[in-house]
Amino acid sequence: MADVVVPASARAAELIPARYRNPGDHFFKLVVLGLSSSIILLAVVMPVVLFIEAAPTFRAFGFMDFLTETTWDPVAAIHGAWPFVVGTLITSFGALLIAALPAIAVAIFVSEYAPKWLARVINYTVDLLAAIPSVVIGLWAIFNFAPMMRDLVYMPIYMWAIEEAEWLIPIIGAPSTYNLITATLILALMIVPYTVALSRDAIAQVPVEQREASWALGSTRWEVIRQAVLPYARTGIVAGLLLSLARGLGETMAVAMLIGNRNRMPFTLFGPAATMPSVIINEFREAVEPLHYSSTMAVGLYLFVVTIGINLLASYIQRKLSISKGVL
Amino acid sequence: MQNDTTDATATGTATSAATAQAPRHIATVNDKLQTPDGNTVRLETRDLSVRYGISTFGVQNISAQIYDQNVTALIGPSGCGKSTYLRALNRMHDLGTDIEVTGEVYLDGENLYAPKMDPVVVRRRVGMVFQKPTPFPTKSIYDNVAAGLRLVGVRNRATLDEVVEQSLKDAALWDEVKDRLRSPGGSLSGGQQQRLCIARALAVGPEVLLMDEPTSSLDPMATARIEELIQKLKHKVTIIIVTHNMQQASRVSDYTAFFYVGELVELGPTQEIFSNPRELRTQEYFSGEFS
Ligand SMILES: Nc1ncnc2c1ncn2[C@@H]1O[C@H](COP(=O)(O)OP(=O)(O)O)[C@@H](O)[C@H]1O
Ligand SMILES: [Mg+2]
Repeated sequence: MADVVVPASARAAELIPARYRNPGDHFFKLVVLGLSSSIILLAVVMPVVLFIEAAPTFRAFGFMDFLTETTWDPVAAIHGAWPFVVGTLITSFGALLIAALPAIAVAIFVSEYAPKWLARVINYTVDLLAAIPSVVIGLWAIFNFAPMMRDLVYMPIYMWAIEEAEWLIPIIGAPSTYNLITATLILALMIVPYTVALSRDAIAQVPVEQREASWALGSTRWEVIRQAVLPYARTGIVAGLLLSLARGLGETMAVAMLIGNRNRMPFTLFGPAATMPSVIINEFREAVEPLHYSSTMAVGLYLFVVTIGINLLASYIQRKLSISKGVL
Repeated sequence: MQNDTTDATATGTATSAATAQAPRHIATVNDKLQTPDGNTVRLETRDLSVRYGISTFGVQNISAQIYDQNVTALIGPSGCGKSTYLRALNRMHDLGTDIEVTGEVYLDGENLYAPKMDPVVVRRRVGMVFQKPTPFPTKSIYDNVAAGLRLVGVRNRATLDEVVEQSLKDAALWDEVKDRLRSPGGSLSGGQQQRLCIARALAVGPEVLLMDEPTSSLDPMATARIEELIQKLKHKVTIIIVTHNMQQASRVSDYTAFFYVGELVELGPTQEIFSNPRELRTQEYFSGEFS
């Protein structure tokens, strides 16, 4: 009596000769294979080339000593990456620190509190912010933000510190227009859109059942966020922060325009500094001395390694998230 | 989820507002509605309708009484409003957008939709267990059960320990998890997770427990355990269970309500409904004409 159900695939197999292949199939496969292997090749070739070009520097100073040397003085043929490593770490971690809480708060607000129209307006504005070319943000900051911050914020703090808190002076230093803190603030502004968007995505992944379970226990809106939403979204938010950090590490233009470019330690908050991208962009054209050239390449190699490392870590966390559902 | 939880979409009538002022728990059995067969009315809905959007009614004009110390099963074909009705009883619809609830729901004589009634408090008094087990996956077993208590500010360790243990025992899960209370709730099997959710709901001491197809994602063994559990729990808490499985309704329930296209067709003792339904539509459903 029972009908024998023939699977669709079995029926298709009867109709189509087993060996048949669309010739376009083969061609397409070759193209895709070629393109994707060239991308992989690029990712492998890039660090290798960087390393070869940087080799004279590592031979001259040693891999570790080049990293920890605190002076970069091409005229005296002293090359150390440490000022730029420190500058990069301070600006990018500082920017992340400044951006993280407000960005997560905005993400929570648009996904949990704001009425739909307002959420749409905010999301649109944030996306727009991400679309502004960084050189334009840099221009605005050079002519507007940086002098304003110097006159209205840094100078008063500095004057106050001279009178009341002298121990602060070595940390903050005399205010210059282009300095570490302004570059960090602008960098924070630039990564906020990414942090917001990635946190928002992580929050959107929280299943409606989790929220309802929390509501059904008698939670208020804030308690639902704390009890169900944030624990579930935590991993995604952390991965988003790391991706934002990677962006901050590699961000070149605006920071190079604002940081003041001082090539030796120590740095102060209100004084000029430099980062790995900023020294590369400022010096690659004048780097005619072989050692100067190879040292610039070596800084590029460090930057490459650090950025790739952070990205790998972020995608590792995101992959873990999709497997084990938000357990970090 | 955009509406504020305090938006009462339903309107409380003048009489219900007056009843709502009577302090809860002080009312004795005599104050409550007693039926001739000795049951106490725990929950009553009057003309309860739920409308989605402009014109879709999830349920319409449901008037029903749910008795204390009993299990009431809601049965009927899929899409006939069982979940909609259930979710009106703990004001879950307040959280959706564009959902309007009209009519009244009385719990021990208090209108849950009265303007002064706080929906957050309603949900503590009327607990809920969902179709899919929904433990908080990053929280430990212990913290899952304690979650509701912590919401109401219970911090005392001994109290928490005691309630967690008792709730897990009530949910017939204690023996399986007592040695690993610190492992995450997500590490349990599906059936254990569902019992964990029952324990979590019981921990805040609800008067009514709503269950929306609680076994539909579980295997037969786990289902049997939950059914057995429901039988035991009904002496502690009034249970309303949605099921599309008629055998399950006949196994676990004392009363059965048959829903059809947003209407309550018939509500009565399970044995009577199954052996001798009054309504033609119920008879047809049992004889398999709708499914
Ligand atoms: N959120 C919603 N928005 C719009 N319509 C809904 C929603 N939830 C349920 N409905 C509709 O309400 C009716 C009853 O659904 P439901 O209560 O889920 O039925 P049951 O639980 O009996 O299967 C169905 O027609 C369904 O399509
Ligand atoms: Mg349903």
